[in-house]
Amino acid sequence: MQGYIYPNEFELQWGLLIVLYPYVTGLVAGAFILASLERVFNVKEVQPTYRLALLTALAFLLVAPLPLLGHLGHPERSYEIFLTPNRQSAMAMFGFVYAWYLAVVLLLEVWFEWRKDMVLWARQSTGVRRWIYTALTLGATDLSERALRFDDKAGRWITIIGIPSAFLLHGYVGFIFGSVKANPWWSSVLMPVVFLFSAIVSGIALVLILYMVTSLIRARPIDMRCLDKLATFLFYAIIVDVSLEALDFIHRLYESEESIEILAQMVESRLFISLIVLQLVLGTLVPLLLLGFFSPALRTTGRSRGSEELRRLVYLLGALLVEVGIFSIRWNVVVGGQLFSKSLRGLTVYKVELLGQEGLAMAAALLALPFFILWGLVTLLPPWPEAAPSESAAAPPAAPGAPAAPAVR
Amino acid sequence: MPDERRAAGADAAPPQGPPLDRRQFVQFALAACGTATPVLVALTRLPAARAQEATAAAGAYDPTEHLYGMGIDISRCIGCGRCVAACKAENDVPLDAHHFNTWVERYTITADGGVTVESPNGGMDGFPEPEADGTLRRTFFVPKLCNHCANAPCVQVCPVGATFTSPDGVVLVDEQYCIGCRYCIQACPYGVRWFHPTKRVAAKCTLCYHRLVKGKVPACVEVCPTGARIFGEVEHGATPLSRFLRFNDVQVLKPHLNTRPKVYYASLDGEVR
Repeated sequence: MQGYIYPNEFELQWGLLIVLYPYVTGLVAGAFILASLERVFNVKEVQPTYRLALLTALAFLLVAPLPLLGHLGHPERSYEIFLTPNRQSAMAMFGFVYAWYLAVVLLLEVWFEWRKDMVLWARQSTGVRRWIYTALTLGATDLSERALRFDDKAGRWITIIGIPSAFLLHGYVGFIFGSVKANPWWSSVLMPVVFLFSAIVSGIALVLILYMVTSLIRARPIDMRCLDKLATFLFYAIIVDVSLEALDFIHRLYESEESIEILAQMVESRLFISLIVLQLVLGTLVPLLLLGFFSPALRTTGRSRGSEELRRLVYLLGALLVEVGIFSIRWNVVVGGQLFSKSLRGLTVYKVELLGQEGLAMAAALLALPFFILWGLVTLLPPWPEAAPSESAAAPPAAPGAPAAPAVR
Repeated sequence: MPDERRAAGADAAPPQGPPLDRRQFVQFALAACGTATPVLVALTRLPAARAQEATAAAGAYDPTEHLYGMGIDISRCIGCGRCVAACKAENDVPLDAHHFNTWVERYTITADGGVTVESPNGGMDGFPEPEADGTLRRTFFVPKLCNHCANAPCVQVCPVGATFTSPDGVVLVDEQYCIGCRYCIQACPYGVRWFHPTKRVAAKCTLCYHRLVKGKVPACVEVCPTGARIFGEVEHGATPLSRFLRFNDVQVLKPHLNTRPKVYYASLDGEVR
């Protein structure tokens, strides 16, 4: 503690779990936006990551409410946010935004995308797997050309709706912080926009990492055109993100409101490692230099530098650093906003505990959980081209009069 | 058609017995109404009447008839901290140094304009002598508490509506309803809300609401030896608070945030935030 803080400010109210929440929803929104690049904006190079990005978004979205729930004083009353939402409260929107995104966007899109495969898997497998896939098709086993065309069209439209929804999902999280007028570190109209672009950065980086790691595990060659494209988009997204952050920073310095002194003190002391070192240097500048030099982003020829092997290593390193940087951004927003007193006269400290409900172990477990869920999803709905069911076996089982689709030819 | 009509009329007529004449019908109807009315009235009104009786038994407190606020005369506060102690005892506030509904700050301003603010243990045990090394310009005490804002950010942000402004202008928390998300604590510009360590809900000054409904003043006001805290109605004519508001230049804390506080400070220094 340094200077004067209000006595009630000694305890930090939003700790590590609340840092995790915007980080995780950011990954969801970012992964989805990446998926939409292929689906809506016709960036065909990133097609190999499309399905993986969707499942990644779903896995992380399923985990997103858990850190919130773990943080509540009375998690058993959390349903009240659905039953009696206070319409003036930004936070009361959580349940509706989340339910919309999960049910209307992600689950529907995944279903339409995998429906044909699920029908075929159901026909080709036996036992429990057959039952699972049959249940997942929800009885829609029509594989006629018309039905498949509808799947594709529906998927496209859901993605189009999904883009503003992803913006809403994560912009809303930014609004939760940006609308707190009591807190000069948070209160900024740019907050939702900064959150959004940092989300896109983190989502692209995550899918890039997952694509490389899963290719390695499957012992399949990595599509370098796809990887170069991902790196290029990652580079552009970081440029937009860092520009917005810089705008926010310069604006604050230039306006130089009454809070500027204490905020400057905070950045120089309490946030030095997490903001200057991790967020700015390691999480932003180094990846920018790496990607800018090696990826085709800045090359007029469209070709990239270095051998494929080197680029793969550089991209992986850059993406990992980006993830550390974005996590630091969330930390600096959430924890930073509580390290200075609202009396603007002093700074406090935050000590993360190792165990306990909001401790380091819990946060690590919650961050590992989406990868396990993703593993489950990938096992159930393999997104790889080699796992696609062979269509020759698509003949419906010889059940006379079965309402099966006219076989796909 | 005529046949049909006749047939319908025949169906509607009572098949047997002497028909009622008009006088008999009216008598019967009146008697029926006379009997049914009190029964119906009793059935529909009884619960409401019961509730009213209960209210009357509780002292007939009607929150719509009041609008409370507090005046604080900084020039009168001696920093004894009795208000802090009384509040902790009255409202079952944890006795540690990090949970307060009300606390007292001491501002020490030196000759070169330097400002030091302290509130050891919320001022509950009083303050040590300031170092009088000749550079002291002046010192003063500032009691702090919930401002019961008319435009309260904490009420706005509560996702479930567990914190609310009662009709008498007091910002309260329903502890049976609060989910413990702590957004209200973040939204309060004055740092007056805290998280109850055992109840696991948001907690704050209630202006001793349990005392108000009995016609008493808040505990901090009751014990203040110098009358630095003035409690009462904001709008009604002849009350101590309206007198205080009439004879002092008053200010509120952080007015630029448009929270419209109902705690009014007289002799407030510009250094106080």
